[in-house]
Amino acid sequence: MSDASWGGVTQPSPGHPEAPPAQWLPRAQLQGLLDALLTRGYRVLAPVVRDAALHFDELKSVAELPVGWRDEQGPGRYRLAHTDASHVFGVVHGPGGIKRHVFAPREPLLQIEMDGPGQGFRAQAVIPAPPRTALLGVRGCDLAGLAMQDRIFLHDRFPDPHYAARRAGLLLIAVGCTRAVATCFCASMGTGPAPSGHYDVALTEVEDGFIAHTGSDAGRDLLAALALARAGAAMLGREREAYASCAGSMQRSLPREALRDLLYENLSHPRFDAVAARCLSCANCTMVCPTCFCHDVRDEPSLDGASSLRVRDWDSCFNPEHAQVHGLNFRPHVRERYRQWLVHKLASWVDQFGASGCVGCGRCISWCPVGIDLTEEVAAIAAAPGARS
Amino acid sequence: MNARAVQTPPIAMLPEPAVIVAKRSFGPEIHAYRLRLLDPTARPRFDFLPGQFNMVYAPGVGEVAISISSDPDEEDLEHTIRIVGRTTRVIDDLEAGDVVGLRGPYGNGWPLRESRFKDLLVVTGGLGCAPVTGAIEYVFRRRASFGHVTILHGVKKAADLVHHSRFEAWRREPNTTVLLTADQPDRAWRDRSGVVTELFEEVEIDAGRTVVLMCGPEVMMHYAIRHLRGRGVPDDRVFLSLERNMKCAVGLCGHCQLGPAFVCKDGPIFPLAKVERFFGVPGL
Repeated sequence: MSDASWGGVTQPSPGHPEAPPAQWLPRAQLQGLLDALLTRGYRVLAPVVRDAALHFDELKSVAELPVGWRDEQGPGRYRLAHTDASHVFGVVHGPGGIKRHVFAPREPLLQIEMDGPGQGFRAQAVIPAPPRTALLGVRGCDLAGLAMQDRIFLHDRFPDPHYAARRAGLLLIAVGCTRAVATCFCASMGTGPAPSGHYDVALTEVEDGFIAHTGSDAGRDLLAALALARAGAAMLGREREAYASCAGSMQRSLPREALRDLLYENLSHPRFDAVAARCLSCANCTMVCPTCFCHDVRDEPSLDGASSLRVRDWDSCFNPEHAQVHGLNFRPHVRERYRQWLVHKLASWVDQFGASGCVGCGRCISWCPVGIDLTEEVAAIAAAPGARS
Repeated sequence: MNARAVQTPPIAMLPEPAVIVAKRSFGPEIHAYRLRLLDPTARPRFDFLPGQFNMVYAPGVGEVAISISSDPDEEDLEHTIRIVGRTTRVIDDLEAGDVVGLRGPYGNGWPLRESRFKDLLVVTGGLGCAPVTGAIEYVFRRRASFGHVTILHGVKKAADLVHHSRFEAWRREPNTTVLLTADQPDRAWRDRSGVVTELFEEVEIDAGRTVVLMCGPEVMMHYAIRHLRGRGVPDDRVFLSLERNMKCAVGLCGHCQLGPAFVCKDGPIFPLAKVERFFGVPGL
């Protein structure tokens, strides 16, 4: 697999002078785009409203898209409301994002057949064969999360064949954000609100349709089937303004410079005691994070002992067993687990994978049952560096 | 986007069946298993350096990360395993003729080739110290290539000195100092009493030509580092073998992190200079 096939490649942002000419997709033709995908044999996963939240589910008709829905998010708060607006992609995001469709929450790794008690065994890799999949409505933060997971699972010393099988052939249709919720801070992380990183098609939703940009041959081929008109300069001007206004509306931010050293130098900061007093160690933040990759690896033997399935499941550094070895837990307290999460995400991630593990989606803030806000925790440490508990 | 299915066989993750050809016990809790791969053509993939580890698989139960205690030149691979948990309790019941799985080797080794003709100071504590016994045997099999060898080993109780015969044999090696100490000595104990770091007072360290290999409880290493710095040994000549939770051994599962390091793939052996900022911070 080559680096050019995914990750690694940064497409010009929509409206960038070097971007291929943008096209105009009237809202009425969105079904045409979906049909073009379905005709090409894609399973299409797109944001739909289910269980009072947004999820990426299989889409057969654009009527299933959350037209008019809006999300309101805040620390420990997520609410959907229906409005009269005609926007299709008015909800910024839900808890799940797209991670689960590539780094699966549960993935069989090996099938192991026993030759008999005490005798040999044969182990075979289990490689998933998912249907050809298009993800429609991917936000900039999630594209950045995907690029980071590619870096982790594909470009390390031992590329992961299970992830690779789910990742290969994914078609990405991004939708930029012209509206931010209160927990968003992608602008400060450089991952949005316009889609950055690799996409095949990127859409910007305006009043009665979409400005469409292409980022790959597959994307150009797909839009060519719809015979769209070029988007005019005035429209591109409106698009730029919409992104600038969305970025300007964000209430939260993280400093990108010097954050790594700030955290490394403040491992004993009393703020970690303060946050531990509120943190439930429930692992929600890690489950909704687009980049968290910790997983357990274990055997599930059949009842008759004739075979065993080696599986991996998402795990979390907030689980007490995470740092457990025989008779010893390296992180027995919540304080240490929160610190591991924060310092890993924002500091050691940079050493490990060349960039922050935070894409600024704000999900960890919204889905924290007690509303812990990492931007607030970082600000508290930055305001009193060097303090020790 | 091109739709190439990736068919890379995940050799790094496939356990290779190996038969137990011999089992030696060091007390009720520690056994050394000599293992022979059922497929001898797989052996070159298992070439290793002392200090590296394999994932040892009890079929249908699970895997544990265990350092390799045999010599790299031997055909068979030896793992000295302490019975402490769910998987090792199953391994405890296995005898010669039974089959386990191996994948590896993972991690890095002790810098033994780089330390030729230098003095070695080995500081260990606790029950097993398996990661370092393989290195000591390696050195004595190539005795002429190394300078003075000093081994400082501390245990809590006399009964914890499971490799007693090995230490006695090492004592008889030329140009070698072996000092043992027990924290809670009984009447039969004939060596020193106290913690291992107290032994530093008794040994000569030529700071300019000594390489330190350490393995054991982190608090022991922490105090040993203080002594070594006091004696002028530079941080980049002090090597620590660290232990963390390891599930995948390839730096993917996230469990073994210490600061920016994945102990499984960036270690388990670290020059002190590399982990100094994080080592010794409680709860990291």
